[in-house]
Amino acid sequence: MNIMSLTLLAANAEAFQISSVTIPIIIVGGLGLIFGLVLAFASKVFHVVVDPRVEQIMTVLPGANCGACGMPGCGGYADAIVHNDMDINLCAPGGASVMAHIASIMGKEAVASQKKIAVYHCSSGGYKNTNWKYHYEGITSCKSAVNIADGPNACRWGCMGFNDCVKVCPFDAITVDEFGMRCVDKEKCTGCGACVKACPRGIIMLVPENRNVFVRCSSKDKGVVARVLCGSSHSCIGCGLCAKKCPTQAITVSGNLARIDYSKCINCGQCATVCPTKAIEDQLSGKRKKAHIIPEGCIGCTICAKNCPVQAITGEVKKLHVVDQEICIGCGLCAEKCPKKTIEMV
Amino acid sequence: MGYLGKLFFMAMTAVFINNYVLSRFLGLCPYLGVSKKLDSAFGMGMAVIFVMTMASAFTYLINTYLLVAYNLQYLQTIAFILTIAALVQFVEMVIQKNAPSLYKALGVYLPLITTNCAVLGVAILNTKATWNDGTAYTFIDAVLNGFLSGIGFTLVLLLMAGIRERLEYADLPVNMKGMPIGLILAGVMALAFYGFMGFKI
Repeated sequence: MNIMSLTLLAANAEAFQISSVTIPIIIVGGLGLIFGLVLAFASKVFHVVVDPRVEQIMTVLPGANCGACGMPGCGGYADAIVHNDMDINLCAPGGASVMAHIASIMGKEAVASQKKIAVYHCSSGGYKNTNWKYHYEGITSCKSAVNIADGPNACRWGCMGFNDCVKVCPFDAITVDEFGMRCVDKEKCTGCGACVKACPRGIIMLVPENRNVFVRCSSKDKGVVARVLCGSSHSCIGCGLCAKKCPTQAITVSGNLARIDYSKCINCGQCATVCPTKAIEDQLSGKRKKAHIIPEGCIGCTICAKNCPVQAITGEVKKLHVVDQEICIGCGLCAEKCPKKTIEMV
Repeated sequence: MGYLGKLFFMAMTAVFINNYVLSRFLGLCPYLGVSKKLDSAFGMGMAVIFVMTMASAFTYLINTYLLVAYNLQYLQTIAFILTIAALVQFVEMVIQKNAPSLYKALGVYLPLITTNCAVLGVAILNTKATWNDGTAYTFIDAVLNGFLSGIGFTLVLLLMAGIRERLEYADLPVNMKGMPIGLILAGVMALAFYGFMGFKI
């Protein structure tokens, strides 16, 4: 008798459990099913034809959503290319290959844009080359530090070294070396400009990747002040010697600071040789070759002489031209322009 | 108090006294996110009014005839979220088809209505709300409350957008521009709406 009632109880309990689970399952599952069916039906009724090119371009784009093109993300850019006729050469991370793909999808001609990389215009901000105004102990972010008495770097134009640029780089192209200075990996940098936006000092600029001469200073303080405040002593004092020396007038000095116009710069490095504070860094210093005309090939067209920024090439029309090795600065413009390719850089 | 009087009471409560954004602090994401331009704020407001009204109707029916009938009130949250998510998807499709410019202006905030706590808040509070005499909301009451709450949300969103559009031209310290002044503005507006708290209708 006892056993009988126990089994009955167990059976009851089982039945109760089943019903208390099934009804919610049926209700929630049923709701989901009905909503799903309604939505599936609605997606047919309200179907919007999306341009298939948008999706094609989306698959080609890198998908980093870096914003270098000026749109919030890759999806926005793909949409803008198709619908707003946006330029197809704006994707910095994708570079030439992505542009070629987009060009084939859109049936447009690919116009290559010069690859640019980020360049620091400050030689301070490391462990040993910075004059600190005070010891900063806040959130380790440049944006935060810059708000307290114009930042801990004595120079109010200089790098504070909290590496906002490193953190924001979507391609891990910026690393910090053993001196606490930031180095840009030329290969990895895509010129997206995320670091340029992140730097509260504005010392990072995008420069065409084949340039090798930079003013490593952003200080607009007067010469003496800039020199005293800068921990690296490589500050621009605005003396203007570089501007006078520049053969292409690419350097302008305004507000006690020299700036190179990278569209005019020919990489000759003459400015770096006269800079009294070594604020101008010439990465090719000592590696430059001199121009040398191979006598057999020269037809005397005078194109090289016309293009030489320092008038180092002399010679009459239709006669062999000569390069004055003393004057030649090794910029290589003549070799580039020579129609017979008879100028060598030796 | 006749039904019109009750309605007036409900409208004042939903729009001013218990405003979903400034008194209950629900739906703050679009309040700060879509209030930069009057146009998109208006579009968002309309979308929220529509979704809130529809959600109130559907959730009331589901609550009364499925959940309460089978004593399953504990499923309220999941059932309501399911309903609201499906509704928002539906609204999104309709807007994308019929008003592409509005669809673009709303951007990411349209799918975000799915998880907008103000919509869920209206749906849940409708099931708990009672009139002064203790009677629960009927279907019509619930739908109207959803609609009026949506109006309250839209009003606040439009006020915020109007002020922020003008703030663009204000001479502010650099650190205060954009979101910081927006947050201060939100706080000041909430304080202003706090003044409605003492009203007795």
